[in-house]
Amino acid sequence: MSTFIPAFSDLNAATAIYDHTILAGDHWVHEVKRGQTLRIVDLEGNQAADTLFYNAHDPLERYSASDTIRHQAALYLTTGTRLMSTRGNPLLTIVADTCGNHDTLGGACSRESNVMRYAFDKEPMHACRDSFIRGVQCWSHGLGKRDITCNINFFMNVPVSPDGQLRFADGVSGPGYYVEMRAEMDVIALISNCPQLNNPCNAYNPTPVQVLIWD
Amino acid sequence: MTDPIYTLDLSGAGMWSRIIGRHKTLRLTDLEGGANIGMLLYHASERHERYNMPDTLKGQHIFYLRAPYCLHSDMGRILASITQDTTGWHDTVCGGSDAALVRQKFGDKTFQTARNDFHRNARECFLIELSKWGLGERDLVPNLNWFSKVVADEAGRLSFVSGHSKAGDHVDLRFEMDTLVVLNTCPHPLDPDPAYHPRPVRLEVFRNDPPAADDPSFTVRPENARAWRNTEDFYLLAQ
Repeated sequence: MSTFIPAFSDLNAATAIYDHTILAGDHWVHEVKRGQTLRIVDLEGNQAADTLFYNAHDPLERYSASDTIRHQAALYLTTGTRLMSTRGNPLLTIVADTCGNHDTLGGACSRESNVMRYAFDKEPMHACRDSFIRGVQCWSHGLGKRDITCNINFFMNVPVSPDGQLRFADGVSGPGYYVEMRAEMDVIALISNCPQLNNPCNAYNPTPVQVLIWD
Repeated sequence: MTDPIYTLDLSGAGMWSRIIGRHKTLRLTDLEGGANIGMLLYHASERHERYNMPDTLKGQHIFYLRAPYCLHSDMGRILASITQDTTGWHDTVCGGSDAALVRQKFGDKTFQTARNDFHRNARECFLIELSKWGLGERDLVPNLNWFSKVVADEAGRLSFVSGHSKAGDHVDLRFEMDTLVVLNTCPHPLDPDPAYHPRPVRLEVFRNDPPAADDPSFTVRPENARAWRNTEDFYLLAQ
């Protein structure tokens, strides 16, 4: 990642048509129309924005981690990456990125996986997959757990070594870092602003993220 | 192990789905070398519980699969353990081929012209078999790719390692839950072989004794011991 060159955006926050802050642990569901630009800002740094996308008109088509990885033959997401759907269509294209390392392998925390990963007494802790479930239920369409697929973790650093080791490293993001993407079709964006308190993906301190949309 | 209770040789670009009960072991054998088996796993009775790539990888701090690691569900449980493995590396991040990829790499080859040698792709094979169990497009998640090795460089760029699996290589999956197994033998989507050359595999099922708590699959990582306890708790309450 040492060769990363940030790609800044020309868009001015003052001209955004939508501006919302997602508090730590909250979920957010919103439509992004084809051609609109969505920016996610890591306000305080080291926060993980767990994100899913669905075709706004047919939720059976949704973000696919493996199609995205296969399509670009690379693990990390950054400027130029196309986020692919389960039908092999581009949902969005990343057009600006000041962080340089977004994860598509690590998935989202859940109460069940917190038990598996950390300890049995972690079960009551709030977790992303419960937020995702509430988010798709709020969107309606009869969606539920079955529709929670493997997500993007914006601002999260999950390095893989050539010998196949995988670890959750301290973040490479910082206050004000952002990622911006252009919608290639009408999509529903679903974010769980990760409440994880057990690993360094958010420096053990979940913080808010901001979402902005431009026409 | 004793004699198999089930044996089937599956052709290249074939598909198969069955429920395999806990305390049974599925042996997959690469008959000619260079095989790929795309596989999805679902809890047989609760099919919204399924194999989860991220939990499997981050729960064991690995990017690939080998013995004695486990295949984790999205509910903190273990669907199966890898008890034997002669290749030492299996991919689970690259997904499967789809119709567009096969057409782009190999051109069209229809049933009309090629009969049963026509070009199939992993996505459609999965969807056909999933439908027979009441599942469909919304149940597609990142799958396993047995016998295929894909490595990442420091920048995360992926490359397929050709010649990884040899004729006779095999991997044993010991099921810890009653599991719906859905698989196909379409080529790996990143295999650079310019020819469409799906390889046959042998499927064999054996009975096995219930594993002990000190089984290597459960001691290799403390996460696996907790997931196995969750699995045992499920059956303790359900049966």
